[in-house]
Amino acid sequence: MSLVLERVGRSVGAERHIDDVSLTLERGSLNVLLGPTLSGKTSLMRLMAGLDHPTEGRVIVDGTDVTGQHVRRRSVAMVYQQFINYPSLTVFENIASPLRVSRRPREEIERKVREAAALLKLEPYLKRTPLELSGGQQQRTAIARALVKGADLVLLDEPLANLDYKLREELREELPRIFAESGAVFVYATTEPMEALLLGGNTATLWQGRLAQFGPTPTVYRRPSTITSARVFSDPPLNTMRLHKRGGQVVLPTGEHATARGILAGLPDETYTVGFRAEQLRIGRGEGEAMTMTGTVAVSEITGSESFVHVDVGAERWVAVCPGVLEVEPGERIDVAIDPHRVFAFGHDGALIAAPPLVMAA
Amino acid sequence: MDKPLNQKAWLFVLPVLLIVAFSALIPLMTVVNYSVQDTFGNNQFFWNGIGWYIDLLDPTTDLGGRFLDALWRNLLFSAIILAIEVPLGIAVALSMPRDGWRVAATLVVLALPMLIPWNVVGTIWQIFAREDIGLLGYVVNRLGIPYNYTADTLSAWITIVVMDVWHWTSLVALLCYAGLRSIPDAFYQAARIDGASRWAVFMNIQLPKMNRVLLIAVLLRFMDSFMIYTEPFVVTGGGPGNSTTFVSIDLVKLALGQFDLGKAAAMSIVYNLIILAICWVFYTVMTRLDARRG
Amino acid sequence: MARIELADLAHHYRPNPATDADYALKPMHHVWDQGGAYALLGPSGCGKTTLLNIISGLLIPSRGRVLFDGKDVTHLPTESRNIAQVFQFPVVYDTMTVYDNLAFPLRNRGLRGPAVDARVREIAALLDLTPDLTRRGGGLTADAKQKISLGRGLVRPDVAAILFDEPLTVIDPHLKWELRSKLKALHRALDLTMIYVTHDQTEALTFADTVVVMHDGRVVQMGRPDELFEKPAHTFVGHFIGSPGMNVLPAEIDGATARVGGVGIPLARGYTAPAAGIRTEIGVRPEFARLAPAGTGVPVRVRRIEDLGRRRIARVELAGHPMAVTVPDGLSVSGEASVLMEPAMVHVYADGRLVEAA
Repeated sequence: MSLVLERVGRSVGAERHIDDVSLTLERGSLNVLLGPTLSGKTSLMRLMAGLDHPTEGRVIVDGTDVTGQHVRRRSVAMVYQQFINYPSLTVFENIASPLRVSRRPREEIERKVREAAALLKLEPYLKRTPLELSGGQQQRTAIARALVKGADLVLLDEPLANLDYKLREELREELPRIFAESGAVFVYATTEPMEALLLGGNTATLWQGRLAQFGPTPTVYRRPSTITSARVFSDPPLNTMRLHKRGGQVVLPTGEHATARGILAGLPDETYTVGFRAEQLRIGRGEGEAMTMTGTVAVSEITGSESFVHVDVGAERWVAVCPGVLEVEPGERIDVAIDPHRVFAFGHDGALIAAPPLVMAA
Repeated sequence: MDKPLNQKAWLFVLPVLLIVAFSALIPLMTVVNYSVQDTFGNNQFFWNGIGWYIDLLDPTTDLGGRFLDALWRNLLFSAIILAIEVPLGIAVALSMPRDGWRVAATLVVLALPMLIPWNVVGTIWQIFAREDIGLLGYVVNRLGIPYNYTADTLSAWITIVVMDVWHWTSLVALLCYAGLRSIPDAFYQAARIDGASRWAVFMNIQLPKMNRVLLIAVLLRFMDSFMIYTEPFVVTGGGPGNSTTFVSIDLVKLALGQFDLGKAAAMSIVYNLIILAICWVFYTVMTRLDARRG
Repeated sequence: MARIELADLAHHYRPNPATDADYALKPMHHVWDQGGAYALLGPSGCGKTTLLNIISGLLIPSRGRVLFDGKDVTHLPTESRNIAQVFQFPVVYDTMTVYDNLAFPLRNRGLRGPAVDARVREIAALLDLTPDLTRRGGGLTADAKQKISLGRGLVRPDVAAILFDEPLTVIDPHLKWELRSKLKALHRALDLTMIYVTHDQTEALTFADTVVVMHDGRVVQMGRPDELFEKPAHTFVGHFIGSPGMNVLPAEIDGATARVGGVGIPLARGYTAPAAGIRTEIGVRPEFARLAPAGTGVPVRVRRIEDLGRRRIARVELAGHPMAVTVPDGLSVSGEASVLMEPAMVHVYADGRLVEAA
């Protein structure tokens, strides 16, 4: 099936939960709703499911307007952040429950439950009850139940948020494969940019109930259409600076003048907000056309594999990430460099004006 | 699939509408009808307009006087009940065990009084407090304290207040207990680390976290006590004199005792409106508080 | 200010433990220095919360003692230990203002007047809470509430250690960065012992000077983040730290070569042959194994490539064993390929434990 939201909005009292969202989700696609808490992810999912009804706009499934239709008439399955299973039933019965409701033949139930359990690595636990399982296994059970239902639309609302870091990593790696084997439309809400990247598919960036951008995940990451979309899809947070361009020159946050190069070279004289992610900020003097500035280290964090250096340059606070261990002390003066070919330039309304050419990774 | 509204749904609502019509609307309209008429029996009615309402709201008339007296008694009774049951209920909830088999035992014991029918509660206390054969009344008198609820106003009030406290404090306690149980342990740990005294923990953690259930408890206890009828009627019958005649008891006296259906109907409607008004005030306060917590 | 000593500590929840498995916390002895930033890292059920509760005084250990600066506090209640704690879910007194929240621990200790005011304002400034001082605690965002919880600990001049119990659980990712760097800055500014419990390796590694990795009631490694990363003492540490974790492959060790399913992998030095019956494995992190065109290194088959934004990871198979390796910028391969590993970063493990140089 395909799911189309057409200029959908929802207000509750004076509060605007969803504002003018249009989205087309294709059959068999995986769609990530990415945004911070209260950005409208859950509200939007509830509209898609039919748990709530929009106050404006239409919801169209396979060309049919279902805007006012009740959730029970729609083919929807949901997985929540909390692990929701029937505590008194075994894992087998938990997975089988939607099939029992629709009175499927015994052999079919047996077969489908076994298939789902194999896919989610639950075979050894089929006879246990959810309370005897780890959090990861409980959530696997909930996902298996959603899959076995064979719904056209499967909604997952931050399904990994309550899991341990490592379990999250494990499931995150398996989910795209699991989704690929079903033909449904998957919608997956998360607050974490890294999760969106790992899942792939399409990503919709949400901010304050509005859709910032929707498109293939790598494209949204590499070519954010607005500064809001770039901010939502950056972890560590997006670094920004205001640049005034005049006569081929720009004024850097340090007050120094530099020649406008890279993507800035071709732009008319104007004030831009330049955005770049932590990996685009290099520690040390830049080579070639890089803009080098001197700043003061605020904090440095080392994970062993990477180091995050928070540095104050002029009035801006930026984060740089570099591989390996980099020992710098707070208060230390260091050089940082930005490659002007690899930054985003946004206009005063926040819309993308210039970005590096899109080279898709193989 | 594309039928957005299903008209058949009305069929399911119809029985409810009929029941509500017969059980509430029609009797209510009957009462409104009575309240604008006068009768001397024999099923003969005379139009009286808003006469009864004018009398009711004028304390110098006989009807207005007795209504106001009864209303004051109601308010006094509700105030006393709330002043005792709410703090007592909180105290009971605070001293309840937090885990183990004692929880279940305490809950059962607390729930017992609430499971007894109103008129049985009345009868129990009517006998229990009698000065001649009642355990309580007899013992109190033997201790040299004069106590007789059939003759002495103060004794009668103490009896019905104690009876209500015995009957309903558990409700407040159970609600508060539910509120207390919803407070995560981290709050208590944090308070210990902050060096908070027992009183500070109560004022800054337990009371704020309980306030929602507490408002429900206050609302329930207020409405119930403001409409009280059965228990005092069984115990004191509104006496001695009129000292425990509440509005509900007075209504019955007027309607069934004197067969003044018109006056009684007008009184019951005003009584009803007062209850509605007070509930509305409660409701507004509660929702405001909720909104502020946001 | 405190040096924390865990002297022969052990804990079991059930009486009369018979085997090792009955211990929630297996016997350990550690000394944690005054002013250090420690992280207790491990999966659910590894004993990290038990250990934290013993330090905070919520649990009395079944064995051993807890010493703060040499003073035995094993049986002292929480409130007499001069510790502060920040919990998973923010604890804020809803009805009080932020100011009163911060002043609360001081007032409870009988302090009044300008001394309280000065201290509260100082801490509020430190935590960027000054503009919110007159607001009620109840209406604030989760990160502001967590700052208040922390502030109530910091405000006490006598506080010996601050314990954090997964404090960033309910915080949005972009605010996590802010709060984490705030914590780090505070730690440098205030010279306090801080102990941070988490299952999130990024939080542990970025916060702590010393990370204590726990597994199954045991401390499996204690060290600086770079040590844990470059030289995991146990395959569990290798797997648990790093994302994706270390590749652990069953191998036969033959001098300075490891053989994985017949494929030879060069090691940095020679190893003596292990005794029979000991399971030998090699561990190499994805960061130290790079994908290369076929025929240039250890042959592998590429399953798929993950684009993580700032880097790419290839999922490959080496002699049938799954492995994650780094894809260098600009490289485009599929199907048959090679992997180049830095020999110094290929470690040998015997029964899960790192085989150190003799």
